[in-house]
Amino acid sequence: MSQSVLPPALTGRYYDLHEHDHPEGGSTMLGFWIYLMSDCLIFAMLFAAFGVLGGNLAAGPGPKDLFDLPLVALNTSMLLFSSITYGFAMLAMQRGQKGQTQLWLLITGLFGAAFLGIELYEFSHLIHEGATPQRSAFLSSFFTLVGTHGLHVTFGLVWLTVLMVQVGQRGLIAANKRRLMCLSLFWHFLDVVWIGVFTFVYLMGMLR
Amino acid sequence: MSAAHDVHGHGHGQGHGHDEGHGSLRDYVWGFALSVILTAVPFWLVMSGAIADKGTTALVITGFAAVQIVVHMIFFLHMNARAEGGWNLLALLFTVVLVVIVLSGSLWVMYHLNHNMMPQGTMQGMEQAP
Repeated sequence: MSQSVLPPALTGRYYDLHEHDHPEGGSTMLGFWIYLMSDCLIFAMLFAAFGVLGGNLAAGPGPKDLFDLPLVALNTSMLLFSSITYGFAMLAMQRGQKGQTQLWLLITGLFGAAFLGIELYEFSHLIHEGATPQRSAFLSSFFTLVGTHGLHVTFGLVWLTVLMVQVGQRGLIAANKRRLMCLSLFWHFLDVVWIGVFTFVYLMGMLR
Repeated sequence: MSAAHDVHGHGHGQGHGHDEGHGSLRDYVWGFALSVILTAVPFWLVMSGAIADKGTTALVITGFAAVQIVVHMIFFLHMNARAEGGWNLLALLFTVVLVVIVLSGSLWVMYHLNHNMMPQGTMQGMEQAP
């Protein structure tokens, strides 16, 4: 009964709904930004924990005994280089150059991997010296904060690799561009967090 | 071209604003140059001990970090008041407020706790313990 009356209106609404569906991923960038902000709060809490516990050495080794600033500077430069090379990947993407985009993504990935390698080397060195996370509250909070950042970089590298394959298979389609823009935010955000890490953990640690 | 932007863009059909959202080569190069300087100076200050007073050095490198974060936000993350109709910036400001409360609150409360609890309590307690 009602069906016989409604069809014109229904079809009209159907197309209307379909039209709303049109900008696929229209809210993705804002949603991803809000995810990053929540991630920012995680790091804020880890920074707060480090700020509170960073001085509790439990008669164990302190920042001055452990940290090697030239190594940290090298690490920082790796992350900084990876930031600008990711920027070049985005510029290549804007120009629609698939090969260039992949090349810059690869270079970014190598810098990211170098960062991770140096960080893991530093961690293994610390643990080898007996400065394990269990040693003192300072080391627990240090490993949690820096390790969480390192895990983020690791997942960023996985994501970057997946996107290189995706771009290789499907080209620079709209969905891939959107994914590359999300990873761009993620990657640069990690660099911002690292500014906090090298300033408050490493440099301030040496001043303490 | 604008149709392509509409499809992959933010769904508002703002082709122009969308282009700006990516940043340009000049943006990235400026951002990179500034962040190299803003990173190198704090490292140099701490490694060389150029400023004798440690408190002053700490304040200066905190200032450098704050400026560098803003530089990254503008040149690499392309923050501006127009992106996503201002919601990006609003979310960021809200987060900054929360971060400031979390950090300053934790440090302040725990510092006072340590300050008030530690000196007499532990030392006397340890002396009296057999």
